[in-house]
Amino acid sequence: MIVPTIERDVSTIVKEAIEKHGATGDALIPILREINHALGYIPGEAFREVRKQVHTPTEPVYVSESQLYGLASFYDMLSTKPRGRHVIKFCENAPCHVVGGKAVWDSLCETLDLKNGETTPDKKWTLVTTSCLGLCSVGPVVLIDDDLYGNVSPDQIDGILERYE
Amino acid sequence: MQTKRAMILVSNDPESVRLGADELIQHLTEALGAYDFQDEVEISTLSNVGASNILPLVVVYPEATVYGPVQAADARFLVEEHLYKGRIATDLVAPPKQLSGNIGWLRAHKGYNPAEQRIVLERAGRIDPENIEEFIAENGYQALGKALTEMTPEQVIETIEKSGLQGRGGAGFPTGRKWKFVRMAHGNKKYVICNADESEPGTFKDRIVLEGDPHTILEAMAIAGYAVGADEGYVYIRGEYGLAYRRLQHAIKQAEEFGFLGKNIFNTDFNFHIHLHTGAGAYVCGEETALIESIEGKRGEPRSRPPYPVTHGLWNKPTLVNNVETLANIPAIIRHGAEWYRSFGTPSSPGTKVYTIIGNVNFTGVIEVPMGITLREVINIYAKGMKPGSVLRIAQTGGSSGSIIPASLQDTPMDFESFRKAGVSLGSGALLICDQNTCIVDLVKVLLQFFRFESCGKCTPCRVGTQRAYEIVDRISQGHGQLDDLDVLISLAQEMERSANCGLGQTAAVPIRDMLKHFRTEVEAHIRLGSCPAGICEMLPEVEHV
Repeated sequence: MIVPTIERDVSTIVKEAIEKHGATGDALIPILREINHALGYIPGEAFREVRKQVHTPTEPVYVSESQLYGLASFYDMLSTKPRGRHVIKFCENAPCHVVGGKAVWDSLCETLDLKNGETTPDKKWTLVTTSCLGLCSVGPVVLIDDDLYGNVSPDQIDGILERYE
Repeated sequence: MQTKRAMILVSNDPESVRLGADELIQHLTEALGAYDFQDEVEISTLSNVGASNILPLVVVYPEATVYGPVQAADARFLVEEHLYKGRIATDLVAPPKQLSGNIGWLRAHKGYNPAEQRIVLERAGRIDPENIEEFIAENGYQALGKALTEMTPEQVIETIEKSGLQGRGGAGFPTGRKWKFVRMAHGNKKYVICNADESEPGTFKDRIVLEGDPHTILEAMAIAGYAVGADEGYVYIRGEYGLAYRRLQHAIKQAEEFGFLGKNIFNTDFNFHIHLHTGAGAYVCGEETALIESIEGKRGEPRSRPPYPVTHGLWNKPTLVNNVETLANIPAIIRHGAEWYRSFGTPSSPGTKVYTIIGNVNFTGVIEVPMGITLREVINIYAKGMKPGSVLRIAQTGGSSGSIIPASLQDTPMDFESFRKAGVSLGSGALLICDQNTCIVDLVKVLLQFFRFESCGKCTPCRVGTQRAYEIVDRISQGHGQLDDLDVLISLAQEMERSANCGLGQTAAVPIRDMLKHFRTEVEAHIRLGSCPAGICEMLPEVEHV
């Protein structure tokens, strides 16, 4: 997760995302991904901004805020709620499960005192399960932000979490 | 003594000599002289070779590439390709064992399994994926050139049809026929989409191709575009595959610079542009109509079919959607022809299949082998056996939407035809091997959890069916199931299979069916005895409902 050092204006972020991907229908998901990447989630005002800014005079894209919210709530990689500084994604699918994934998940929940989808009170961690990340040959797999950990065992959890500020 | 950089061994047993080995040695010597290699390369002889159909045989070290049969007239070509240009003279490589459906006879390549047959993964791991020149040196974009300058679109489609290639995304639909449908569809604007939304749990074959050999996909898409009459293509790549995305992005840029994509490719009037589009995390987007919706910037909810994408696809135009692995076969088929392709695999399922092996085995990873080898062979040879102390109990073929089979079915040849007969799905090629410490109820519970999470919610049979099925199996796993539950599960499975809108809901029924077909006694043990035979499920005390 990228924490902006200088608080950036949502409308600027939307503007930059549109400049990069274009104001077309097929750019909506990439635009939302950019916003999510910049802020860690998509706040309500971002939907308003996207709706306004893709409605260009020359080639207007007609999309409502609820449609945009529909996209953000449909796709797993987009979040409509603020998340912690670091997001832990744990693969809960069968390939990781049969090689000991359950014990790793229990250890994560216990160490952080979180359930699936929750964020710690100090806003440091968010814990979520995810579908297969395509790294099954090194399961169980844990993804923290963009760092990948494979062949994880429950006793390694403390050591891994210590690396993050 | 001067060190030699290479060594050529030529078979000179009586049979080889009768077939011209002496003359071959003489020509090889001359060819080495022509390139001034006589001090760098040594020729020696090799006798007592057992393979009578490929004599005279030539082995070139240090790569240990096996060529055969090699005629005297081939000597110059072999020296030029292998020793001067430094690439394998593919045309002369000893052929694989014919059509047995068993392991092919192959050159030994360092780092590969002994009997792998690489078509899809031919270059992955051997070339620098970010350097288009390495790709070109390994025959890259040759097939596109051949298709554009020597073949009509109809001939391209005919070649693919004759090759017998079937879609590798899971359904096994004949690729050539699909291309023909799009070709015949009315409309000036058509699209080619590469389905790289590989989200099937346990599958990562497409990622290996995209990361290791991205240009193959671009080349194949351009060939497909030429064949069906499209000038625009999309690669829909799942959001989690960051590296593959960057590699493709780079590859597209390079291909445009080199003129393999863009306008007037190979000086013909064929234009082709490729866009890269990422998903944002939704399993259902692997379904082709959901994928199309997602590209259009909507929720990835599958459309009702018909009409099919071949006539009404992206922006309602005729659209060809092919999986990564399917496309990766195309350039090789165009280069070598349909007959060559049919020499791999079985008559009804030609070619190779890329499998991902995972679970309780000694080697986990990717292999590419001819269609028709058995699960036993995969486990014992490629996966280097079960882990110490493990015995095969359950195998799952084809990811979550694939089949769950007991150890007794491990000798069924793995090809579309044989699997269909046995009522098993080959699916995406994921092979999850589970030992005796896996409980079927627990495994199916995890699978149903996956389906209920990934169900898009558009149609009721899937939205409610996956949820209810999960609740029942969860209850059984806690020791609170009833025998009636099994009947309810079966009727839920039937309804989902019959009436779910897309493949997700339909295949969510498969694990339920397989569980009750092959492992019923184990499930009943949970219910009757209130205990888990494998000792995995946590039996919980009954909760008092007030």
